[in-house]
Amino acid sequence: MPFALLKYGLNPRHRDAPQFRWHPELKRNYDIVIIGAGGHGLATAYYLASRHGITNIAVLDKAWMGGGNTARNTTIIRANYLTPEGVAFYKESVELFRGLSEELDINIMYSERGHFTLAHTDAAMRTARWRAEVNKHLGVDSEVIDADEVARLCPVMNVSDKVRYPILGALYHPPGALARHDAVAWGYAKGAMARGVEVHPGTEVTGILKEGDRAVGVETTRGTIYAGKVMQAVAGSSSRVSALAGFRLPIKTIPLQACVSEPVKPILDQIVVSGSLHVYISQSARGEMVMGGATDPYGLYSARSTLDFKEGLMAHMLELFPFMAELRVLRQWAGLADMTPDFSPIMGLTPIRGYYVDSGWGTWGFKATPVCGFRMAECVATGRQPDLLKPFALDRFHSFDLVGEKGAASVGH
Amino acid sequence: MKIMNCPLNGPRNIQEFVWIGDVKRTPDPSCTDREWTDYLFIEDNLAGEVDEWWVHAPSNNWFIARRNRLTDEILWTKSPAEYFADHAP
Ligand SMILES: Cc1cc2nc3c(=O)[nH]c(=O)nc-3n(C[C@H](O)[C@H](O)[C@H](O)COP(=O)(O)OP(=O)(O)OC[C@H]3O[C@@H](n4cnc5c(N)ncnc54)[C@H](O)[C@@H]3O)c2cc1C
Repeated sequence: MPFALLKYGLNPRHRDAPQFRWHPELKRNYDIVIIGAGGHGLATAYYLASRHGITNIAVLDKAWMGGGNTARNTTIIRANYLTPEGVAFYKESVELFRGLSEELDINIMYSERGHFTLAHTDAAMRTARWRAEVNKHLGVDSEVIDADEVARLCPVMNVSDKVRYPILGALYHPPGALARHDAVAWGYAKGAMARGVEVHPGTEVTGILKEGDRAVGVETTRGTIYAGKVMQAVAGSSSRVSALAGFRLPIKTIPLQACVSEPVKPILDQIVVSGSLHVYISQSARGEMVMGGATDPYGLYSARSTLDFKEGLMAHMLELFPFMAELRVLRQWAGLADMTPDFSPIMGLTPIRGYYVDSGWGTWGFKATPVCGFRMAECVATGRQPDLLKPFALDRFHSFDLVGEKGAASVGH
Repeated sequence: MKIMNCPLNGPRNIQEFVWIGDVKRTPDPSCTDREWTDYLFIEDNLAGEVDEWWVHAPSNNWFIARRNRLTDEILWTKSPAEYFADHAP
């Protein structure tokens, strides 16, 4: 083996397989058109091709591949949600994530760090205990720890009680992880394109073609395309695209901002979140402190950055991590989050036959990229709502069957 | 710092205000469940100019603002009395 490797290394004629197989021409007909080439749209295309043998698929994006919220998120992956429906769903995603570098043959730099949800009030401790019990019952590793244990596991955190909101304890979730977001999108795109799926950037969908109550294609800035089935996965643009299909969603589009510091040597292993202070932080593989908070205070379709966000964030951050006072902010940015009333996503069938929706991912959808792709592929291929997605169907809002995840998802990550 | 003009208190830092959401017509109580859940949960979520309820939190004063959700501009603010004089509820 070492000899073969040496021979390979010295051979000047390596076959350099292209990462992505592009198809410049748009066809007039596809079996399936997916609107939105973010992680979700690309993952769905990959699983349709690899698990259901459907490859006559076009994934369309008005901008470029993986440049939406997939490129803007802070890459936190966890399964420690509050409702049994949510925990079961995100647990499957974590399991898929663990094998994803192998499956896609690309290093997604999956890194399990341990995840703290800090509690500064009795009410927050109660929610932590509730989440730990639901998690354990469903086989997800979570426990409640006290402030001393927080200090032992994460010595750089300030657990003193000489602060405005002293730490009482935390929900500790050891499998909490980070991954390289771009590699996830590129890996799914590469795998899908190798199987014949076409990805078309610079192709905006401007209308949905219907015959009666059935979707039969899309109008785009590059002409009309007919399709057997159409799915939308457009995050902050969900309401605008569903309006083209003729139905409305329980979604408000609100910016979510984040920022990173200049890179420093490794100092923070874990992912630290505080629901009461509305802040979270982790250190990236490059050494940057990656920080974020809750969504902006009002709805907007503009990914602008504000000073208010930085001020609110840093006041709390410095109390938790005083050493951060010496760091400079390197970049700040925003994405458009599609927020639902119950902090859970909306997936599956719609009032339009042959038209499927993947939306309501708000501030928490990166971690769901694999499971969402896997189960939406099943949904689109079979035309039926998979069991795991039944609680997240659009019609839950008309039967008051909401899946309340605010307790586990209100800090955007 | 972004400034919003409260009809009662004048121009203030936008951090003093709470965004409530679209001005909507409350359906008649005899409406169907579908109409009621639409009213409660479903949104137009328009990308453009929208009339919205806001509150100035320190004085608990509720009013209506017209905002452009694409450009982040506040076009005007009006007290409910002034607003509903032009827009029959
Ligand atoms: C600052 C920030 C931090 C976050 N942190 C986390 C986190 O730590 N963990 C986590 O799990 N989640 C996080 N999220 C949420 C996560 O990023 C999203 O939920 C997820 O990436 C959504 O993926 P997507 O593929 O559905 O959407 P996107 O990646 O946004 O892709 C949608 C695509 O649709 C395209 N599109 C829109 N309209 C049209 C049209 N008319 N025609 C054609 N194409 C169109 C867009 O160009 C875009 O490329 C965060 C989000 C933000 C903004």
